[in-house]
Amino acid sequence: MDLTVGPNHFFWEAPAVRAFYQSLAAAPVARVVLGEVVCSKRLPFWQDEIAPAAETLLAAGKDVAITSLALVTLKRERKATTALAEIGLPVEVNDLTALHSLPKGQPFWVGPLINVYNEGTLHWLAARGAVRVCLPPELPLESVAVLAGLGRDLGVAVEVWGHGRLPLAISGRCYHARLHDHAKDSCQFVCGLDPDGRDVETLDGQKFLAVNGVQTLSQSTASMAHQIEVLREAGITSLRLSPQSTDFAGVCAAYADRIAGRMTAEALAAELRTKVPGGRLSDGFLRGPVGAHWSGSAPQADRLAV
Amino acid sequence: MMELVCPAGTPAALRAAVEAGAHTIYCGFADETNARNFPGLNFDREEMAEGVAFAHARGSKVLVAINTFPRAGAEILWHRAIAAAKACGADAVILADIGLLAHAAEHHPELRRHLSVQAAAANPDAIAFYAEAFGVKRVVLPRVLTVDEIAAINREIEVETEVFVFGGLCVMAEGRCSLSSYATGKSPNMNGVCSPASHVDYAEEPGGLTARLGGFTIHRTAKGQPAPYPTLCKGCFTSGDQTGHVFEDPVSLDATRLIPALARAGVTALKIEGRQRSRAYVAEVVRSFRAAIEAEAAGRPMPEAALARLSEGQAATTGAYAKTWR
Repeated sequence: MDLTVGPNHFFWEAPAVRAFYQSLAAAPVARVVLGEVVCSKRLPFWQDEIAPAAETLLAAGKDVAITSLALVTLKRERKATTALAEIGLPVEVNDLTALHSLPKGQPFWVGPLINVYNEGTLHWLAARGAVRVCLPPELPLESVAVLAGLGRDLGVAVEVWGHGRLPLAISGRCYHARLHDHAKDSCQFVCGLDPDGRDVETLDGQKFLAVNGVQTLSQSTASMAHQIEVLREAGITSLRLSPQSTDFAGVCAAYADRIAGRMTAEALAAELRTKVPGGRLSDGFLRGPVGAHWSGSAPQADRLAV
Repeated sequence: MMELVCPAGTPAALRAAVEAGAHTIYCGFADETNARNFPGLNFDREEMAEGVAFAHARGSKVLVAINTFPRAGAEILWHRAIAAAKACGADAVILADIGLLAHAAEHHPELRRHLSVQAAAANPDAIAFYAEAFGVKRVVLPRVLTVDEIAAINREIEVETEVFVFGGLCVMAEGRCSLSSYATGKSPNMNGVCSPASHVDYAEEPGGLTARLGGFTIHRTAKGQPAPYPTLCKGCFTSGDQTGHVFEDPVSLDATRLIPALARAGVTALKIEGRQRSRAYVAEVVRSFRAAIEAEAAGRPMPEAALARLSEGQAATTGAYAKTWR
């Protein structure tokens, strides 16, 4: 089992992006997905970082892919999506729009925002050229096992969401702009104020969700810390780690230690709780009753400290 | 005249909708293959065949929604649903999943395929992808687009478009939302339910009537105030120093007044949400919208707000169709 770093979901300034990818060059990860997945308006502020980051990571021996947007609606977004196929990196498809323009026979990756729920879909994507698929985070273990087994037969690498706030929804509406009383078209890029998303609590202070522009995330950070063995058993070959603003290289190193058997599940979870935004973990989509469930034994604060 | 596509959760609602003037009815089988998999709703095979025969005898069409994403290891259930829809004489199936579209195109090529809103095909390239790969003839557009964007899409594509004009309003791109399963374990994509009633709990508390979903507080209403159903994305939450409807108010969609603009935008069919609604509700909404569509075809003004009292929470929005909503 190895590690894939997914695209950064958040809006960070260019120097922060640069430092982030430089720090990944030495991290024990096999591959990195670059590019903007959430909001096309952010891209002009940091797109010049993509080529140098790709060079650095390729030089460090990583595989590198470039993601499509998760929701393509505007004309310029369609053009940018079409142009992805010409960059010279594998495209990670996170909206099927990208498949329309991708030349037949050009291998591609499929991101977690594409609905790969069953064998028929995996078959079709593999026939179209998919070589790597990160399954939707919502899938239960039974489905993961079926798809990982089929992926092995088809020569498609199958990975799962291993770490990061869960991408639960994407919208035409920008919730960051709405919270700041701005229209989406004059959003003033307020999502940049929250490097891991802006927390949303219930009226009773339960830590629940986080908004990130047009995206809604879980407030808990999903972690497969306790699930490595069952995932390996199911045939999963890669874990996807989704970027966060605090010590991400350390997070990668901790997962690598866990996979290599140098760290226990509890030790990894304990370390992660000090690093993830808000300190809460979840892994319920895989085996729990609900997505927000956490199977670790250490208690987690359900309410805000008031 | 634009085509009016109306929901039916029961055989009685189907008959009521046909008699009230629906050009087309959409419905689903009583299992996890459709995205309104609610207890007590939907059709068994025999009811579907009778419903299709009833509609056809009166000049109406029936579309069968098989629009959840098949469970790995159990795809045969969805494949059987498509075969059953064909056997019942359905005029088309409404599908979202790539694997299921590929199956239908291969095994039932003559059965007309519509792309469900659950596929959230939001631009001409995505729509062209589904049309070319799977031969879909009509696309139900996701509720993230403005009227201008819909017009631009219709100028570029070969297939028909269908848009929602009334009823519940998803504020997230459909088919790409797992908020419900994060809180309850049940999702639209996998189980055909969102914010299911089985996970709702009400409690009288000092602050008012509190509605929780999977244990998460969704809203609290003062005594005597109407308490909307606790749909997750319409809840009242706190973020920083702000408390309110972070995602959307408890409103429903009413795009009656946009019907002329949608006609100019090249939309083929107008869709009403609400397979979970009563027969009386369906009949009233269908009658109103049939009148509005006929008014549009004749160049008369739209009837104003006739449906307001049928809307959830007594308030309506035109949603993403107006750019300011975003």
